[in-house]
Amino acid sequence: MIPASRFARGIGFAMSAAFCLVASATKMDIPSDVFDGRLKRLESELRCLVCQNQTLADSNASLAEDLRGEVRELASAGKSDDEIRAYLVARYGDFVLYDPPLKRTTWLLWLGPFALLAGGGALWWTILRRRELAARSLPAPNPGAEARGRALLEGIDDRDKQPDPK
Amino acid sequence: MKTIRWSIPLAIFVVLVAFLWIGLGRDPREVPSPLIDKPAPSFTLPQIHSDKPLSTTELKGKVWLLNVWASWCVSCREEHPLLLQLAQANLVPVYGLDYKDKPDDARAWLSQNGDPYTASIVDQDGRVGIDYGVYGVPETFVIDRSGIVRYKQIGPLSVDALQRKILPLVRELQK
Repeated sequence: MIPASRFARGIGFAMSAAFCLVASATKMDIPSDVFDGRLKRLESELRCLVCQNQTLADSNASLAEDLRGEVRELASAGKSDDEIRAYLVARYGDFVLYDPPLKRTTWLLWLGPFALLAGGGALWWTILRRRELAARSLPAPNPGAEARGRALLEGIDDRDKQPDPK
Repeated sequence: MKTIRWSIPLAIFVVLVAFLWIGLGRDPREVPSPLIDKPAPSFTLPQIHSDKPLSTTELKGKVWLLNVWASWCVSCREEHPLLLQLAQANLVPVYGLDYKDKPDDARAWLSQNGDPYTASIVDQDGRVGIDYGVYGVPETFVIDRSGIVRYKQIGPLSVDALQRKILPLVRELQK
């Protein structure tokens, strides 16, 4: 008969072996699709330094290839997206990011368009307001002139209304 | 009132033209390096002419230039005579980082065109290149005594860049 402690150890060993198998199996299962999708998304947020208007995902440059390999390696080493981005920014600067962070050197880039919009709006408003004021300050209509004008218009109307030729 | 009316659009136009003019004169390929004033990434790499690997720790305590080049790089030929002159003047040691190249090709290239380097190291897989943020060969780094990157020249060296920036900086750092 096997002593109880030995039996327990055997069970424990079997269980941990089974767990390792399961763990490695799940670890193998997760990557392919989800992992590739994540890499693809990350790579399309990063700029290829050689062909500057292409993302890492789109570029065929050899540096882009190397950097894709680097991103893949970092990701499989368990680094987060932010850590991978930080790794590249430390080497190539904010320029590698297609979505640059808001900081002292980029505030003009981020806020400039809104400032222009606000400035344009303010200018438009002042012009409209000035026009309105100018219209309001026109001389008050003269009642006599208005009556004369109306009479003239009616005269024209009368001339238009010609008697029906019967 | 009348003057304001035309001077504001004129001022906006002048500012716009000034910005566009400055923009025309700048090279969009020159991306400022985040490594400036930061420690130079360390490396231990095989040398072209020696079996002993070279490590950055051996370079501490002196001002040195790191010139990134390759035998396949066309504009490296352009700066090569300047590097040879610089080596002859013996002002500062220049270390050559042979980037993504075959050591045999590099050796042949150097024996054909002249070897300006105090030592040449090979970065065959481009890993050290990535650490240094290399994206176009040639590139040249000025590194000070304590191993801090002080300047980066992107693209081939020119007489102008050497005389105006690199050599004065090297002299300053060597004091």
